Amino acid sequence: MMRLRQTLAPLLLIALLLLVWEVACRMLAVPTYVLPPPSAVAVALIEHAPVLAASALQTFWMALQALIVAVVLGGGIAIAVSLSDAAERAVRPLAVTLQVTPIVAIAPLVLIWFGLDNAQGAVVALAAAVAFFPLFSGVLTGLKAADPDLERLFDLYRATRLQRLVRLRLPTAVPYALEGLRVAAGLAVIGAVVAEFVSGSGAAQGLAWRLLEAGNRLRTAELLAALACLAALGLMLNAVVTAFERAVLRHRR
Amino acid sequence: MAEPALAVQLSGAVVAYPGRPRIGPLDLTIGTGEVVALVGASGAGKSTALRLMAGLERLDTGTVERPATDAGTGFVFQSPTLMPWANAVTNVALPLDLAGVSRDEARRRASDALTAVGLGERLTARPSQLSGGMAMRVSLARALVTDPDLLLLDEPFAALDSITRRGLIEDLHRVWHDRRAKVPVAIVFVTHDVEEAVYLAGRVVVLSATDGRVAADIATPGPLPRPDRWRLDPAYRQAVETVAEALEASMETRP
Repeated sequence: MMRLRQTLAPLLLIALLLLVWEVACRMLAVPTYVLPPPSAVAVALIEHAPVLAASALQTFWMALQALIVAVVLGGGIAIAVSLSDAAERAVRPLAVTLQVTPIVAIAPLVLIWFGLDNAQGAVVALAAAVAFFPLFSGVLTGLKAADPDLERLFDLYRATRLQRLVRLRLPTAVPYALEGLRVAAGLAVIGAVVAEFVSGSGAAQGLAWRLLEAGNRLRTAELLAALACLAALGLMLNAVVTAFERAVLRHRR
Repeated sequence: MAEPALAVQLSGAVVAYPGRPRIGPLDLTIGTGEVVALVGASGAGKSTALRLMAGLERLDTGTVERPATDAGTGFVFQSPTLMPWANAVTNVALPLDLAGVSRDEARRRASDALTAVGLGERLTARPSQLSGGMAMRVSLARALVTDPDLLLLDEPFAALDSITRRGLIEDLHRVWHDRRAKVPVAIVFVTHDVEEAVYLAGRVVVLSATDGRVAADIATPGPLPRPDRWRLDPAYRQAVETVAEALEASMETRP
């Protein structure tokens, strides 16, 4: 009963907001190019379902590729760096620089590198650059978060570096890495959309391109439909990461 | 009387960290098979002394002499210090795994060690599924799994409630002396409980509150292990008195 009420409450709020929106649009006679009522957005969703689905899949695929690249690079570099203090001091400022540089600003450069005919590759690279930092930072923090007494225990039994990494530091880092993954997953979608906006040639036909196209033609209902798809995509990705996190950490609590 | 074989010896050992009062010079000899309690005010360097014996502390000056044996050292920390992602057997088998003992043998010996501390039924339990007392027993089993000839315990009962504590002390007592019948293991434990120290140990070493030097070294009467009713013996009360006075004196020297 509690559970049902907890699931129901947000759904009811959404339904209420949609209703207010619908009624307000009709009563105030708002022009549809400014704000179409939810019913018009629903119609647009259904009408353009095949195109939207293909675009959503495209965006999802690019974000996923970016996430994989970020996991491999972020995790890998964090592990390599954790093995030496000097390496960490050397790499950290670079990683922070990458984090604080606005992705929009490096997009034109990356587009040139990948070639204008390979916008998808550029989008993946840019999204990966955004998703890199939370993973790198999460894994590195986690690798250094082992209980000092457990570290002493590994000293006592003369563990090798590899044993310490595999038996102590990597398992310790898992929850941190998963937290990083959750943040990175959200950022990868944002990164993919922003990168696609900037590449803006239609060479990569993800949801961002649908947004731009609909916006340029003042087809606001289509724009909102694409936006709804994007929100759904983000929620879905978040749910997948959360489920994965729960499954992995089930035994620790 | 023949000189007992040496388990570990600290000679003029000094540990100095920037910004903290230095500890030592500490001179302390532990013979094979001895049971020694370290007591002292908090900050007297009891844990540091224990870590020195385990070779886990960097010496500023002085030496730590530890006869080279295959048996090695067991260490029990203040908290159970278990790996939360691994079950009891895997936790206890860790020292053997790190030493390259085969997986099957390591698991078998770990199961035996857990059975010896009364946890034969909870082999696959995760640390989160164990009570504080049980987790401490797992930690003890891990320290004993390599059959060490030196067992070091840093306030192993400090975090437990009094009933669990009493049960664990009785268990420790039994396990220690079962073990000592097989291998002459020297046991050094840190405690702030004078009665516990006198009851369990053959010798109580009081560390000075100011610099962690040995302020008093008191032998307790009678052979180990003591029966529970020894706590009613006047000799026990007398020894507790003596240690308590020495402990108080060690704190008065504090500036």
